[in-house]
Amino acid sequence: MNTVIFRTIAPYLSALMILFSIFVLLRGHNEPGGGFIGGLIAVSAFAIYGIACGVAAVRRAITFHPLSIAAAGLVLSALSVMPSIFLAQPAMTSQWLQIHVFGTPVDLSTPMFFDIGVYLVVVGAITSIALALEEREQK
Amino acid sequence: MAANKPAFDWAAAWVMDPTPLADWLLVAPTLLLMLGGATAIMLRKKTDIQPWIGIGTIGLVVLSNILLLAHVLNNGIVSMVMGSWLPPFGIAFTADAMGVLFALAASIVALCAAIYAAGSIEQSERRYGFYPFLMLLLCGVTGAFLTGDIFNLYVWFEVLLISSFGMIVLGNEKRQLDGAMKYAVLNLLATTLFLVTTGLLYGMVGTLNMADIAMRIPQLPENAPVMGIAALYFLAFGMKAAAFPVNFWLPASYHTPRIVVSAVFAGLLTKVGVYALLRVMLVVMPEGREWLSTLIGLVAVATMLTGVLGALAQTDIRRMLGYIVISGIGTVLAGLAVGSEVSVAGSIFYAAHSILCMTALYLLAGLINLLGGSYSLRELGGLYLRSPLVAACTLVLLFAVAGLPPFSGFWPKVMLVEGALAGGMGWVAAGILVTGVLTAITIGRFWIFIFWRGGPEGVTDGTQVVVQATEEKAVIPVTVLIPLSILTGLIILIGIQPEGVMAIVQKGAAVLVDPATYVQAVFGVKP
Amino acid sequence: METIFALLIGLIFSAALYLMMSNKLVRVLLGIAILGNAVNLLIFSAGRLTREVPPVIPVDSYIPLEVTANPLPQALILTAIVISFSFFAFFLVLGYRAFQDLGTDDVVEMRIAEPKGEAEPPLGY
Repeated sequence: MNTVIFRTIAPYLSALMILFSIFVLLRGHNEPGGGFIGGLIAVSAFAIYGIACGVAAVRRAITFHPLSIAAAGLVLSALSVMPSIFLAQPAMTSQWLQIHVFGTPVDLSTPMFFDIGVYLVVVGAITSIALALEEREQK
Repeated sequence: MAANKPAFDWAAAWVMDPTPLADWLLVAPTLLLMLGGATAIMLRKKTDIQPWIGIGTIGLVVLSNILLLAHVLNNGIVSMVMGSWLPPFGIAFTADAMGVLFALAASIVALCAAIYAAGSIEQSERRYGFYPFLMLLLCGVTGAFLTGDIFNLYVWFEVLLISSFGMIVLGNEKRQLDGAMKYAVLNLLATTLFLVTTGLLYGMVGTLNMADIAMRIPQLPENAPVMGIAALYFLAFGMKAAAFPVNFWLPASYHTPRIVVSAVFAGLLTKVGVYALLRVMLVVMPEGREWLSTLIGLVAVATMLTGVLGALAQTDIRRMLGYIVISGIGTVLAGLAVGSEVSVAGSIFYAAHSILCMTALYLLAGLINLLGGSYSLRELGGLYLRSPLVAACTLVLLFAVAGLPPFSGFWPKVMLVEGALAGGMGWVAAGILVTGVLTAITIGRFWIFIFWRGGPEGVTDGTQVVVQATEEKAVIPVTVLIPLSILTGLIILIGIQPEGVMAIVQKGAAVLVDPATYVQAVFGVKP
Repeated sequence: METIFALLIGLIFSAALYLMMSNKLVRVLLGIAILGNAVNLLIFSAGRLTREVPPVIPVDSYIPLEVTANPLPQALILTAIVISFSFFAFFLVLGYRAFQDLGTDDVVEMRIAEPKGEAEPPLGY
């Protein structure tokens, strides 16, 4: 597995896959995609990077411990349930806000933040399992 | 466009009354526990503040559950549909008196376990995640008690199951792996069976909201397989609740983890199965319950008797308590078999009592191990002299678990026996009474061997041992004293002053026996 | 079509249950994995089998124009797949640890938590 070609390509491939995973995550509101599948794509990116360059390199690259990422995602999801409390609506009611960035309208919504939370939970939880298994492999 | 435009104004149907802030109490416990659990995971390396996060969060949850109980008692059943969808489509959270009472008891028990664990769970296990798992487990349990959607109930089951897997292997001993394997496989099988049945139910009625199902089942054609689905639910939840023929996973695993984990499991896990049985059998498919009534009665009596006989045959006190948990489940099922209002009220009362009492007994077993250095009935003895206070406290809890007056186990048993006699199921009443006698024998042995006799087996009950024992009075750690006194205090209080709980369980039973109020609360109109 | 699915589901269930009744831990785990798939297929066919018409309502309509696929079972299955996937991952790790520590993959021989010939409880009061 540790060929020069693979090791050279892997960082670029992983970067591309993570970019793609974010694209899949953000288009998920109206089209096929979403946090779960986006998260899985990101995990496979980390897994490829880990196979090529070692688990330590992945841990360095993602800075935070995978479980912390998962927990942060859970916090984000839980918080995105709450804004409707101020509008006397039931929990999880979606709130929309349109902002203009350089004249382009951008829709921000609570479901999007919920989905980002799901994305982080999936990335964190499954990366920690995948890294643990790869670590065992490399020992 | 004109072709399929409906006659009425859909936009108007979507306009909802503003949701009062108090209704948010429904989701507050689960949200708080998710946030607390996630925070504890992020701070898992700071083992010193882990207990504070746990105790603080669960304390808030207890408070929120108390407020929710007051809200439900004042305003009737509270329902909230996630995301402002209309009831049968959105996931509904629906709280009635029974669900909130169980949720409150569960959170009190979890708070006690969190305090106890601060002194007994070692640093490495804190880092491995006792507190996050405890909070996520309680999140699953509370969610299960408060949800009004049957698939959502399945999801909460899985949340609590996966956290319980994490808790049962804390410590990584060989016997834990052995127990965890059996616990995990059999519990997963039970939840899978639950999922299978839910799939079949969905195929039959085309909806997952419990109130909606209750409304639609009577309208089904004659040949709809309602009875088969009820029987499958009875099997699936019976397995979760540890009812007689499918309960081997409980005595095989409950004595293996850390004692505080056992305490949480004994208090919470089987009760979720019991709750699901009461909810599904009475609210969702009452015809199914009537049809299965004799079978449920037989299972109840068999569970009670095998449970207590199993307890009599154990040497390890943790395994003995495991069998007593099973026996208690049988007692709750007895009320379900009869199904009258008084019996169901007795069942709810007994289940709530059992949540408090079984956790207290397991925590006490931990304390006995701390004082006597063993869990074996043969190796313990003479603890009365080391701590009369613990001996007295044990006696209270044991009397409560056997259903002797004046403690909390007495009143529900009275209601259950009364209900069974009035409902023409005298043999169930006889089963409850025989179990009471046998439990009294079991607890008598428990107390006499551990506290009353002079010393452990092998030494004569002579002065030598006694004098030796009196020299060192036991010092009970404060992390043990607080949870035990909270639980024992509650058990005594409920025993002496049962009116408050009685009013709550009667409200809960009224909803279960006449589901129309439940349906009405979810849909906002009379069905 | 439903008949074929019913037979298929029955077949997968029986394979799963057969494997789960084995003594060997690995077979039990494989049985669990297959069982999850059998359940998913069951939920899928419980939602009625229809042709692949997406359940999308056109902009100017209020109800779908023709019979569409049922989206709810797919959501349920997605949830069930996620859950069974994570459980299977947990079981693999747990089973591997159990095999390493207990030195056996035979469930009948796993008796450390409930040893044979345990001391009997003391007799009499």
